Amino acid sequence: MNAFFSTARNREQPDAGPSLREKLRSEELKAWFGDAIALKGISLSIPEKAVTAIIGPSGCGKSTFVRCLNRMHEVVPGARVEGRVHLDGTDIYDPRVNPVRLRRRVGMVFQKANPFPTMSIRENVLAGLRLQGIRPGRGGELVERALTQAALWNEVKDVLDRSGSSLSGGQQQRLCIARALALEPEVLLMDEPASALDPIATQKIEELVYELKASFTIVIVTHNMQQAARISDRTAFFMLGTLIEIGDTKDVFMNPKEKMTEDYITGRFG
Amino acid sequence: MRRGFQPLERELHGARHPFERVIGAVLLVCGLLSIGTTIGIVGVLLFETAAFFRSVPISSFLGDSQWTPLFEDKHFGIWPLVAGTFLTTVIALAVAVPFGLLAAIYLSEIATMRARRILKPILEVLAGVPTVVYGYFALSFVTPLLQRVVPGLAGFNALSPGIVMGIMILPVIASLSEDAIFAVPASFREGAYALGGGKLPTIFRVVLPSAFSGIAAAVILGISRAVGETMIVAIAAGQQPRLTLDPRVPIETMTAYIVQVSLGDTPTGTIEYQTIFAVGTALFTMTLLLNLASFRLRQRVLKGGTH
Amino acid sequence: MTSAAQTAGPSADLTMKEKGALVERLFSLLSLLALFIPLVLLAVLFGDALRDALPRLDWNFLTGYPSRRPASAGILPALVGSAYLMLLTALMAIPLGVGAAIYLEEYARPNRLTQLIEINISNLAGVPSIIYGLLGLELFVRGFGLGRSLIAGAATLALLLLPMVIMASREALRTVPLSLREAGYALGADQWEVIRRVVLPMCLPGILTGIILSVARAIGETAPLITIGALTYVAFLPDSLKSPFTALPIQIFNWVSRPQAGFHVNASAGIVVLLALMLLLNGLAIFLRIRLQRRTS
Repeated sequence: MNAFFSTARNREQPDAGPSLREKLRSEELKAWFGDAIALKGISLSIPEKAVTAIIGPSGCGKSTFVRCLNRMHEVVPGARVEGRVHLDGTDIYDPRVNPVRLRRRVGMVFQKANPFPTMSIRENVLAGLRLQGIRPGRGGELVERALTQAALWNEVKDVLDRSGSSLSGGQQQRLCIARALALEPEVLLMDEPASALDPIATQKIEELVYELKASFTIVIVTHNMQQAARISDRTAFFMLGTLIEIGDTKDVFMNPKEKMTEDYITGRFG
Repeated sequence: MRRGFQPLERELHGARHPFERVIGAVLLVCGLLSIGTTIGIVGVLLFETAAFFRSVPISSFLGDSQWTPLFEDKHFGIWPLVAGTFLTTVIALAVAVPFGLLAAIYLSEIATMRARRILKPILEVLAGVPTVVYGYFALSFVTPLLQRVVPGLAGFNALSPGIVMGIMILPVIASLSEDAIFAVPASFREGAYALGGGKLPTIFRVVLPSAFSGIAAAVILGISRAVGETMIVAIAAGQQPRLTLDPRVPIETMTAYIVQVSLGDTPTGTIEYQTIFAVGTALFTMTLLLNLASFRLRQRVLKGGTH
Repeated sequence: MTSAAQTAGPSADLTMKEKGALVERLFSLLSLLALFIPLVLLAVLFGDALRDALPRLDWNFLTGYPSRRPASAGILPALVGSAYLMLLTALMAIPLGVGAAIYLEEYARPNRLTQLIEINISNLAGVPSIIYGLLGLELFVRGFGLGRSLIAGAATLALLLLPMVIMASREALRTVPLSLREAGYALGADQWEVIRRVVLPMCLPGILTGIILSVARAIGETAPLITIGALTYVAFLPDSLKSPFTALPIQIFNWVSRPQAGFHVNASAGIVVLLALMLLLNGLAIFLRIRLQRRTS
């Protein structure tokens, strides 16, 4: 187990350290795809300005859970949600809440990088603003800031007008992160952001996440346990739509309370 | 196309069943017929067009601004006919593209699956109506109606058949555009929604640009249909070749001219007979190039994903 | 988290409707209208035509001959002409079209020749119908010396329909699974026997549907027939293959072209008859398709 943590310890800890203030909280969150239930009542808390990892075998509901945090789950035809999710104390499933406005505060990065192919790099970064009807003009400063935050600025600063899809896989994913960050969200949801990338690109993404947690609350879904151990402060273990265990990453990996957690972490299944 | 193991089996069976070879040959001839038809069309057109150009210099065909081969004073400038075709086509597109594109957006982005399944085939009905029926509608109903609104609209004009043609090609544009829009990957839409995009901005800033090639292919195919359309214009547009862009006056399209001459008694070998093939060649070339462009665009969509 | 914040409701920032919400509603309505307006327009036009046509639609109309007086004109020669034309066209197009489809689906190797054939077929599908008329005029009417006859018209229409019949037949042939063909081969049958006894019987309804739909389309074709010289005023019924003829859409065209209002009424009556026939054929095709689905499910 210690091997998991050696690489993490080699990095400098950010000054603030993980905050204990709660940013997101789900209460008995249930979700369905049509008649099939995917989440059977998840109640957990996500701290501010920290990285919370969601791990578990395929089909355990981790992606579904995260998509409920920015109300993307209900975009799928036939999908349904019950329960509450509080963002800074406000239930985002309150009928008065406009999901589109919510997504300005809770951004998302997908498993497969999806930069818009008809847009240049610059336009991709600004896409979120344009889609919301804001006119950022050339947006020079904004573009630079977002790309810098996503650790991509130096690689693309001279080719901002090239197509978004002309970049490598890892660069495209960082472009998508920049695109999400351009909206200055408070929370960044990441659904297996590095699973389609090579090890070097993956490492870059992990380093980026580690840096971003100083400014953003991050929830990252991953099937790679070592990754979770490396970069997250808190870890939640899901199985078949249920939350089995959640705690500080160190505790979950070194001293799991549930047998199922231990079995999963030691690779006995999944 | 091929079902697996036929070469071997042909060797085994071809030997003891010469009948099999005959069948194969017969079927091959059937297949070659399509090539034969194309050769026939091109051959026939070129043959008579060549004869035409022995009497009429190309400079005249491309340079004269009048088309009066059936009159005493003969002019053979193709442009009045091309102008007629152009005018009616543009008017048709002005109707078909906005309506067709909006209908396509509705079907692919707004309608429920069930609504789409019912509405799409109903839209196809518009394409199945015989064009002579559309021509009758244009002449008997649309023209009189428009005459109340448009000052100076003649009984034969380009506006009325143009609008009706637009309705006729609307399903082509709507259906193919809808396919293109439907083919835009969900990941683009999801990406846009996750960025806080509403439905409309997502459609116009992400989906439509991605589907552009497919939509362009649809529009070009629509143009091809409009250019080749005969009966609607033959009935309602008139028989007066005129180099004009005024939609209110009688004109003649390339296709309507061919009909006009065919209705009369034109002996073979005369210049009048040859003119319909010269016009036919121009028509064929235009639709061929348009169909090719549409095909190329659709290939690009298939190969490079969308856009 | 304080309970005060929770009971106060979500902040204005989260509940605000984006400026686009109303526009979105309007747009949905607009695009729905775009879909329906042409359909409604067509329905209204049909209604008007039907209203005009009804008084003229009687037995005399259906069995009478054209006349200089609109009130006593009938469409019998046109109906008979169309019927013969469709029959002859089908007789020519079916074997050639289905044969080509069988060749392409069952025999052809994926080589240059096959590609060429397929390119030609899709190209021919997009050629304007009047060009086929020009082909028929030069090749059948003049070249083969068939004159402005029924057989020339049928041959021209057959060429026009060929791409459609081929494509529909290929679709039908593709629905027969490989496993059935393999079963046939395993029983010792050769290729043609497998096609004849296994494949064709299975996809026959599909092929028939394609043919019926092609004929339904051909019945409304006017331009190529005018070009090869179908007559617009025919006071007799065609009596042989080389006989001059007319057809339903040609007769309609003729009546539409006359200035007298009475002939326009006739035209609308003719249109009703034509559309009724097309509806019948399409209905037959749909009926067959349903039968086909029931058989294979």
